[in-house]
Amino acid sequence: MVRKGLIDRRTGLFLVVLFAVIVLIPLGNLLLAPGTAGHVPGYLLPLLGKYLCFALLAVSLDLVWGYAGILSLGHGAFFALGGYAMGMHLMREIGDRGVYANPVLPDFMVFLSYEKLPWYWHGFDMFWFACLMVLFVPGLLAFVFGWFAFRSRVTGVYLSIITQALTYALMLAFYRNEMGLGGNNGLTDFRDVLGFSLSADSTRIALFVLSGLALAFGIILGRFITGSKFGMVLVGVRDAESRTRFLGYRVEHYKLFVFTVSAMLAGLAGALYVPQVGIINPGEFSPANSIEIVIWVALGGRGTLVGAALGALIVAAAKSWLTANFPEAWLFVLGAAFVLVTIFLPRGVIGLLDGLKPGGRHRHALPQAAPEPAE
Amino acid sequence: MRRLLPLLTLLCLAFGPLPALSQSLEALIRQLPEGSFSDRAEVVAAIAATLDERAVGVLEALGEGDLHQRKADGAILKVTGRGSKARAFDPLTGEELGPVPARSTTAIKVNNALRRAVRSGIATLTLMHRDPTRRLAAANAAFQSADPDQLEALGAALAAEQDSSVAEALAQAQAAALLASDADPALRVEAIETVRARGGRDALAVLTPLRASEDPAIAEAAAAAVAEIERSQAMWARAQNVWFGLSLGSVLLLAAVGLGITFGVMGVINMAHGELIMLGAYTTFVTQELIRGHAPGLFDWSLAIAAPLAFLVAGGIGVAMERGIVRHLYGRPLETLLATWGVSLILQQTVRSVFGPTNREVGNPSWMSGAFQLGEMTVTLNRLTIILFALVVFAGLLVLLRRTPFGLRMRAVTQNRPMAAEMGIRTGWIDAMTFGLGAGVAGLAGVALSQIDNVSPNLGQSYIIDSFLVVVFGGAGNLWGTFAAAFSLGIVNKFLEPVAGAVLAKILVLVFIILFIQKRPRGLFPQRGRAVEA
Repeated sequence: MVRKGLIDRRTGLFLVVLFAVIVLIPLGNLLLAPGTAGHVPGYLLPLLGKYLCFALLAVSLDLVWGYAGILSLGHGAFFALGGYAMGMHLMREIGDRGVYANPVLPDFMVFLSYEKLPWYWHGFDMFWFACLMVLFVPGLLAFVFGWFAFRSRVTGVYLSIITQALTYALMLAFYRNEMGLGGNNGLTDFRDVLGFSLSADSTRIALFVLSGLALAFGIILGRFITGSKFGMVLVGVRDAESRTRFLGYRVEHYKLFVFTVSAMLAGLAGALYVPQVGIINPGEFSPANSIEIVIWVALGGRGTLVGAALGALIVAAAKSWLTANFPEAWLFVLGAAFVLVTIFLPRGVIGLLDGLKPGGRHRHALPQAAPEPAE
Repeated sequence: MRRLLPLLTLLCLAFGPLPALSQSLEALIRQLPEGSFSDRAEVVAAIAATLDERAVGVLEALGEGDLHQRKADGAILKVTGRGSKARAFDPLTGEELGPVPARSTTAIKVNNALRRAVRSGIATLTLMHRDPTRRLAAANAAFQSADPDQLEALGAALAAEQDSSVAEALAQAQAAALLASDADPALRVEAIETVRARGGRDALAVLTPLRASEDPAIAEAAAAAVAEIERSQAMWARAQNVWFGLSLGSVLLLAAVGLGITFGVMGVINMAHGELIMLGAYTTFVTQELIRGHAPGLFDWSLAIAAPLAFLVAGGIGVAMERGIVRHLYGRPLETLLATWGVSLILQQTVRSVFGPTNREVGNPSWMSGAFQLGEMTVTLNRLTIILFALVVFAGLLVLLRRTPFGLRMRAVTQNRPMAAEMGIRTGWIDAMTFGLGAGVAGLAGVALSQIDNVSPNLGQSYIIDSFLVVVFGGAGNLWGTFAAAFSLGIVNKFLEPVAGAVLAKILVLVFIILFIQKRPRGLFPQRGRAVEA
């Protein structure tokens, strides 16, 4: 352990299980023959990888909601922007293998009779540039948005509503063909990444492992931030913003930093998500998606990071299973989860597990609902 | 009859001794193939002078070259089609007379002069029709064609006209025809004034080419008139935009005003608000289905019956939500947001399971369909009804909040809960009723929206974000703020749409609100005082 308290028992346990999973699942695919028990079929890898991306997304939201009290209802926007950045690179990598065999323009641009590549598509043929944009674009949006919002002290519900308006506006914008990003259909028909075919099991394994490592990185980064003195101030902001401000802290700087880092993590999750599911379209910006992220965090237990990841995995797995077997029931279950968790499980699954052990950490995990003192 | 006299004299002067005038239409038609072209033009004029409706078809057929004479008996037929497909019709009644053997008829020849006479004759016939609406239509058509050959017919019709609105249209048509002729420039300048007074796109079409006229007086007058009309056109376009904006604003107001109570007054984020609207719309659907099945005569009353039902259904669910869920989460706004979002998902899926995922057909009562013309803009009755309905609902809410004991208690509880409780107000009950009121108003909004939007389980989702923005933009806790925000956003949106396109306009409005909230986090009309920070 690098420093005391960076990795507590719970996080350590989660990381150990996570590492075991990202080792065992690929082995189950590579070593065990198809048909034997424990074999992991190739089609399952992207699905599991997708769950890990969702978990990372949940961690990024927990960082702002659980520790700084910023309930973003627009985190899906950062995820989708990261996804689009990666999707643009994958589109460029198709090259002349598209339906129209245009070496430069992606198919949809030929179809919409573009003459040349729009300026913001330049550079995306280089992988390193795309990776940079995956972090830069969501980070920049979060920085600019947060700069204005936090400086003018837009807080609580008001902030939630304008983040929701933000992702809604982006969704409408990305649906437009004039955006030059595929409009309604988004970006799809990807072939390969860095020369490796996306449909090959080896590429899928690599992406899966990368997603797992990214999740581990996100959790450790989150622990590092929240465990530092900086993180203590953040919790102070969450629990009593005015008091923290009166103590002399520049509250908006703390919020802005953590909001931007969180958006970059969300972008990273989106970038890993896109090659695994093979498509990114404006639907990812829909406000409903962003609210679903919130329920992952709430269900797992906000303010714990590990809980958020756990919540995402539980809900995503339940969604896959229910929409396949009882499609009608899924929204009932999700809706009931929202209601029951908020009323009966304010500290989420992690809180439930902690409750079983005497002496579990209560205070830190649960942000108090006490009304803010009048300014 | 006195006004007909000059016309008759005119006709008499034009056609001399006129054996024709006294003759029947049938006899006149038989004379069509005979004589020189100019003789036949007189016959055409005489046919027009009979003012017999049936003559229109005859003259049209003549103009098209479809009028034939049967060689055998000299009968006049209307023949359509060629060769073996040729069929004959009675020119007066349109009755089919069967196939025409080849070469059994000869077509009645027409030249350009005769065609002019035919056009003029048709104009006379339609311009003198018994039915004023037909006359008006004919006058408007004559305005658009602006044919100098019709001047005579127009003058005659104008002299005979008794209906003032038709007479006006005739005078304008005459002016337009005059402008197309080579009459005295002074007359034409006068005519420009008449056409300008008409305004509209038609007048613009008549006047625009005249700006290039060789006569400077005409060119100048035309240019001035065109500029004037364009100004008035632009003004009407603005008026139309304002109207569309008011219409959108009334929809926003209806959708948001319920939220103005739950969110604005109580401070509870109800994400299921949109679904309560959707339930109101489905209540209307079910009411209409029942009425269709059991008492079709009541269909025009269906909305009046559905409105209280929708209020009760949505309000009842609202009260249940408050008692069952929201009550436990007071003071935790973000958790309330999540729990009510959960309720919204459940309501959506319930409706989808019961009524199916597709759009349901909700009918317009007869008194709400149709439109009328106001100047240059069209006002549809359903939009007008919705605007009025929104205003009535809003006024009702204001009265309820300001003038009733319930409103007094409600304001007391929201302003100072412990003190209100001390005074013996059952605060829990007031909370439930207030929430139910907000929800019930959402149900009313659903009744109205069912008339203009698709009734599907997703109906509510499209309104929830807009409604929140309206309330936040107006300033939570201030119903007048919600009112101002709804209409100003509606109008701004409709003015941006022609410039930027519908989607971009919406995005711009969203961005504007986001920026606005940064500047004034408490909206247009913020509440002041200590309650704000609590």
